[in-house]
Amino acid sequence: MRIIVLIKQVPESTEVRINPETNTLIREGVKSIINPFDTYALEEGVLIKERLGGTVVVMTMGPPQAREALQDAIALGADEAILLSDRAFAGADTLATSRALAAAVRKLEPYDLIICGKQAIDGDTAQVGPEVAEFLDIPHVTYVRKVRELEPGRAVVERMVEGAVETVEMSLPGLITVVKDINQPRIPSLKGIMKARRATIPVWTPADVGLPEEVVGLRGSPTAVEKVFVPQVERRGEVIEGSPEEVAEVLLSRLQSVGVL
Amino acid sequence: MEYFLTEEQKMIKDLARRVARERILPVAAELDEREEFPSQLREWFGETDLMGVGIPEEYGGLGGGVLETCLAVEEISWACPGVATSYAANWLGIMPLLLAGSEEQKQRYVRAVARGEKLAAFCLTEAEAGSDAGAIRTTARRDGDFYVLDGTKQWITNGGEADIYTVIALTAPEKGPRGASCFVVEKGTPGLGFGRKEKKMGIRASATREVVFTDCRIPATQLVGREGQGFAIAIRTLDRARPGVGAQAVGLAQGALDRALAYARQRVQFGKPIITFQAIGHMLADMATQIEAARALVYATARTIDAGVKDFAKESAMAKLFASDVAMRVTTDAVQILGGYGYMRDYPVEKLMRDAKITQIYEGTNQIQRNVIAQELLRESARKG
Ligand SMILES: Cc1cc2nc3c(=O)[nH]c(=O)nc-3n(C[C@H](O)[C@H](O)[C@H](O)COP(=O)(O)OP(=O)(O)OC[C@H]3O[C@@H](n4cnc5c(N)ncnc54)[C@H](O)[C@@H]3O)c2cc1C
Ligand SMILES: Cc1cc2nc3c(=O)[nH]c(=O)nc-3n(C[C@H](O)[C@H](O)[C@H](O)COP(=O)(O)OP(=O)(O)OC[C@H]3O[C@@H](n4cnc5c(N)ncnc54)[C@H](O)[C@@H]3O)c2cc1C
Repeated sequence: MRIIVLIKQVPESTEVRINPETNTLIREGVKSIINPFDTYALEEGVLIKERLGGTVVVMTMGPPQAREALQDAIALGADEAILLSDRAFAGADTLATSRALAAAVRKLEPYDLIICGKQAIDGDTAQVGPEVAEFLDIPHVTYVRKVRELEPGRAVVERMVEGAVETVEMSLPGLITVVKDINQPRIPSLKGIMKARRATIPVWTPADVGLPEEVVGLRGSPTAVEKVFVPQVERRGEVIEGSPEEVAEVLLSRLQSVGVL
Repeated sequence: MEYFLTEEQKMIKDLARRVARERILPVAAELDEREEFPSQLREWFGETDLMGVGIPEEYGGLGGGVLETCLAVEEISWACPGVATSYAANWLGIMPLLLAGSEEQKQRYVRAVARGEKLAAFCLTEAEAGSDAGAIRTTARRDGDFYVLDGTKQWITNGGEADIYTVIALTAPEKGPRGASCFVVEKGTPGLGFGRKEKKMGIRASATREVVFTDCRIPATQLVGREGQGFAIAIRTLDRARPGVGAQAVGLAQGALDRALAYARQRVQFGKPIITFQAIGHMLADMATQIEAARALVYATARTIDAGVKDFAKESAMAKLFASDVAMRVTTDAVQILGGYGYMRDYPVEKLMRDAKITQIYEGTNQIQRNVIAQELLRESARKG
């Protein structure tokens, strides 16, 4: 099995602050980690490799320091790592991110399975996985909590849906995004950490993945962020008094008047 | 304090800390309550390579020495001194092989321990031979190409759980301690059995058990070093491993301080957090100062040994003695700072106080350590004339 795991480096704090002037994330002074969901994606890839043999290639698009996330991934069992990094990639929205990642994946063909986290804890869109699959024209299954069967050309996975679990059969190559229930990520080994330090990690530019600069980064991003803010939630409590019949009467008409019923 | 640790030493410390905090701490109270040896030992220390920290690279380890091992023990002990005991006793168990084993013994046993596949134990103490280890009665009778072991070892850490036992037994009982030899015995050898499992005050996550030899026949190749070297091997093993007990004491004392400090900031009496009372603040200050002094002594001793200095029995004894006395005082004070809550099992400091006590007793009681230090002082001053 040849498995590709896509990981994103994110700020450690879950309370990401936003610069109100530029509407971008404030990253200064915040320690970077592998997006927590992606550690489950990586662990699943490594578990599959340990079970069935093969290789795990881990890839990220990000600034030069995203190399640290890739080193951590090698310490955790990935065999190879690739960094997509270039000025031209900067400022990408999910579409430009996915396009770049998909183009890089093509260079790694043939592969069996791509694994992503369910979402990034900073961007939070959960779009990159499915978009990469669409660019590559391969099937994808999101919110996977278990890989039940896996063989060349075919997989059976369980995905979480609201209040239920769905079992899905998919053809391979394909892409899955995973949730935390899928496994418990390991702690790296000391030898793994030392190996990761010595690893050479190639850096790919848009030209390396065969994309013109206009379609990546800020220039390739149709999304314009106008404003990022935490919505004010306003709640008002009201106690309706009276006998149960009266209360029910009032409640019903009130709900009808606001269009809920 | 800046201890000038190398990148690799920091890496070992960080990884041990992660294992301790993410994996061991969440189960420590339960292991203590149930007096249970953790089945995850191999996952915690084998898969992370921590088992191989103090083992040379040619036997599959990371090539660290006493200091590296102490760093790991300290972090593990912060979360659970009982688990740290099992970890350190494993290193103690293979120490005779590292010091005096044949190449074949090292390749066979040390390699498996470095990979975390096998666990080791060191068997010296007997019912009538504690501080007076020279009074052991277990015998190893030569019979052709075999030795036959008979006798009962008592209070053996990792007893029953370990796969490899290094054993001190008498090959020439008439010679007393000079007639002792060291052997390595595999679990599963007919005649090797396990007796009583002790119920302990503290370090209850560690297994302490009788190891019983009844007509236990082992190939003569299981002799470690030469006949008659057993006692010297045991002494060298203990001298080398003793800073590990110091590191265990430092780690658990730090654990007690951290918890007492957090509690003192948050507990309010007379309208103020209790840390603002000078009596509490001074207690914390004394605890922190003693811990730092103990840590500095343990690290310095470990470095002295790793530097290849020949004679370090005195320093090794000092590190163990000082750090364990600090651990006992600091954990007692931590319970005091938590008041009634400190006395309750719902809070972790009473466990640390129970756990701390053993560091003053095993691998030579603190009275014996003082004897060793005094003897060395006498010898040194006599030499100077
Ligand atoms: C106009 C605009 C400008 C932006 N500018 C920047 C900027 O300058 N710098 C910046 O960091 N972000 C920027 N972003 C955010 C950026 O679009 C997203 O962080 C990125 O596209 C991933 O989306 P997400 O975080 O929602 O990931 P999700 O879609 O939630 O992630 C799902 C999964 O996809 C994979 N994945 C996601 N991102 C990557 C990646 N980069 N490499 C490999 N795998 C990945 C992971 O497996 C992850 O678990 C900008 C966004 C917009 C709209
Ligand atoms: C939990 C636990 C785990 C252990 N693990 C191991 C193990 O893995 N392997 C192993 O071989 N052993 C092990 N031991 C044994 C341990 O090393 C001994 O308990 C220790 O050496 C002390 O011996 P003793 O208990 O027989 O005390 P004793 O020697 O009977 O001492 C009793 C008291 O007399 C004092 N005393 C004795 N002699 C003198 C003297 N000459 N001068 C002044 N005071 C003296 C002692 O300090 C002590 O206070 C373990 C013990 C325990 C409790």
